[in-house]
Amino acid sequence: MQRIGVFVCHCGSNIAATVDVKRVVECARLEPGVVFAEDYQYMCSEAGQMKIADAIKREGLTGVVVCSCSPRMHEATFRKCAEGAGLNPYMLEIANIREQCSWIHKDMETATEKAVVLMRAAVAKVNLNVPLKSGESRVTKRALVIGGGIAGIQTALDIAEAGYEVDIVEKTPSIGGRMAQLDKTFPTLDCSACILTPKMVEAAAHEKIRIFTYSEVEKVTGFVGDFTVDIRKKARSVDIDKCTGCGVCQEKCPSKTAKSEFNRGLSKRSAIYTPFAQAVPNVPVIDREHCIKFKTGKCGVCSKVCPAGAIDYEMRDEIITEKYGAIVAATGFDMISLDKYDEYAYKKSPDVITSLELERIMNAAGPTGGHLERLSDGKPPKNIVFIQCVGSRCADKRGKSYCSKICCMYTAKHAMLIRDKYPDTNVTVFYIDVRTPGKNFDEFYRRAVEEYHVNYIKGQVGKVLPQPDGTLLVQGADIIDGRQVLINADMVVLAAAIEPDPTARKLATMLTASIDTNGFLTEAHPKLRPVESPTAGIFLSGVCQGPKDIPETVSQAGAAAVKVIGLLSKDKLLTNPCTAKADELMCNGCSACANVCPYGAISYEDREVRGIGVREVRRVAVVNGALCQGCGACTVACPSGAMDLFGFSNRQITAEVDAICR
Amino acid sequence: MQIEKTAHAAENKEWKPMIVAFCCNWCSYAGADLAGSSRLSYPADVKIIRVPCSCRVNPMFILRAFERGADGVIICGCHPGDCHYTTGNYYTRRRMALLFSMLDFIGVENGRTRVEWVSAAEGAKFSATMNEFTAKIRSLGENVRLGDLRCRN
Repeated sequence: MQRIGVFVCHCGSNIAATVDVKRVVECARLEPGVVFAEDYQYMCSEAGQMKIADAIKREGLTGVVVCSCSPRMHEATFRKCAEGAGLNPYMLEIANIREQCSWIHKDMETATEKAVVLMRAAVAKVNLNVPLKSGESRVTKRALVIGGGIAGIQTALDIAEAGYEVDIVEKTPSIGGRMAQLDKTFPTLDCSACILTPKMVEAAAHEKIRIFTYSEVEKVTGFVGDFTVDIRKKARSVDIDKCTGCGVCQEKCPSKTAKSEFNRGLSKRSAIYTPFAQAVPNVPVIDREHCIKFKTGKCGVCSKVCPAGAIDYEMRDEIITEKYGAIVAATGFDMISLDKYDEYAYKKSPDVITSLELERIMNAAGPTGGHLERLSDGKPPKNIVFIQCVGSRCADKRGKSYCSKICCMYTAKHAMLIRDKYPDTNVTVFYIDVRTPGKNFDEFYRRAVEEYHVNYIKGQVGKVLPQPDGTLLVQGADIIDGRQVLINADMVVLAAAIEPDPTARKLATMLTASIDTNGFLTEAHPKLRPVESPTAGIFLSGVCQGPKDIPETVSQAGAAAVKVIGLLSKDKLLTNPCTAKADELMCNGCSACANVCPYGAISYEDREVRGIGVREVRRVAVVNGALCQGCGACTVACPSGAMDLFGFSNRQITAEVDAICR
Repeated sequence: MQIEKTAHAAENKEWKPMIVAFCCNWCSYAGADLAGSSRLSYPADVKIIRVPCSCRVNPMFILRAFERGADGVIICGCHPGDCHYTTGNYYTRRRMALLFSMLDFIGVENGRTRVEWVSAAEGAKFSATMNEFTAKIRSLGENVRLGDLRCRN
């Protein structure tokens, strides 16, 4: 029989305001196995933990139930405390009477009744708990960073600086990501390339960093400390070791019809190309869809002109398999598709552009050489209208419910740069709210309004109508003056919402990392563990976790790196002891469990089985505790009920059911 | 059944549904926590049991719950494709489809059993699901099938 202690936390008034904790304590004393029960204001505080530790020693407790917040919050805290007092940590269970009781119920009577039931279920479970011992697993001291934007580069650099090897996998031909496409950055108006390219070069030159560009993660298996990852290196058709990056091939390539992805389709590029001049590595790839050699078999100009003989039309995709201890997702974002926003005439007029397209137009290396001009006729625009929140903070289904966070600031930047370079251009911004919560952000926005006289109108735009004379009639509302506004614009810039890169979802499935309703990867805790995924060993860097600007992305990238370094600095990790085990007496070796095991943790051995009236050699299932992750799929698949899961055994869960349905 | 009804009438107590919710540790339990920290209420009739994965829920647990007088059982897991253990929720989906149709056949109506996918970010969905499920159980009334009379007072 267990000697169980029940500890009920007030959590200040978080629990005590709606749950009569004294009554929970009284009821606990009546439960079978309970020898001690008390309540305290903050169980998780040092004094509270001392109470638990003292009671374990004084009362000789063999099991502990803490009625407090979610086990996701403090289970580890209390188990550590129990361990410190000499109790096996797995003899402690939490009854969640805060998140799943006091916070959602208002009536004291109802909440207290429920809290008592939850306490009973936990006590019933602990009565059947057995001490468990964690195994150990090795840590592969290497990290993988998926995504080669500023987030990925910064994370990789920080990890490499701590002395660990890092691989970056980037799906496009060059690292750099979205930041490489930007012209200037707010709020300092630094040239984006000037601050990014040194980092790209540093990453490429770092002895601890390997970069796989034009590559994608194909398969991920394993667990924290020991991931095995298949990386597909897509056929570049150019030998990365031989190529000198002279660029003759791109110059001579006769196929120049493909749209440049880097310039958001605003210019054409050759079939053999590097996305931009400062690409790292500065080695082109052949776009096989547009290459004449691949389409017709004739051409081969690049091969003829290449002085290094680096062109290889026969190259094939290659899959390499690597081992890592930690994986960082840094997959970044893209702009939403504007297909559903016909009212802004984005598809109809070339002079309606997105902010990222404007970014390319303003850039000296962009499609117009940095001259602000209309894409329809090449004339400089005299009236520019910016429309904010296109698809952000959208109540209906076609947009996103969240704020994209960066648009207010980059629009202020665009407006300011345009007014600075072309002072006779009128700039109008339609906004819902201007959100500038960052260091020196509001000052920046104020400058755009006060110094550069950018015309900010609070209100939304209903329609953009292309006129026969080539202008765009913008119909908007000014909700402060309560009037309709009509503007004849030459150019309209849409601040389209940002969304997670489409590859993130597929990746999340591979990493078994959870994803939220908007497709952003979920963090383990919104406040306390913002750069870790709930899946151990997976970390989040940059916009894949939620919209953020460059300074925030860089700080988060560093934070993710610190977490990775912390993991890689360990030689061994304790494994989860809540694994499955087959009862040899009941197992008949049918293989049903092995068929459903996602980790291949179950094998079969011939064992001599001795039981009452039984003594024979039988094929029985054996679970490899190092591979088993404790999902419990096998326990249900087992037709004879031989398979059980430590920590969540059949008897324990049944006891919980019984305690609840009493 | 007759005995049951008289017993209740004698007590003159308002009937409260008894609902067991099995929540997977990675998505739904976290979703329930989020519902809690966002103060999105749902009826106290719902009591949650934490399991590592929805595929840990043995049909025996559900039968046991009904036997012990539960009026509804709901199983919550990660969205298909998002299972922490890659494939667990697919097993749940198949197993429960079979179990629920069998339960329906013996008189435990389909409305009393449900599988729902709730991610860690869907506190609102968790709360809405539980509200809706409890309302459904209330409309169905007390579960009299499978209940073990020996378990009743």
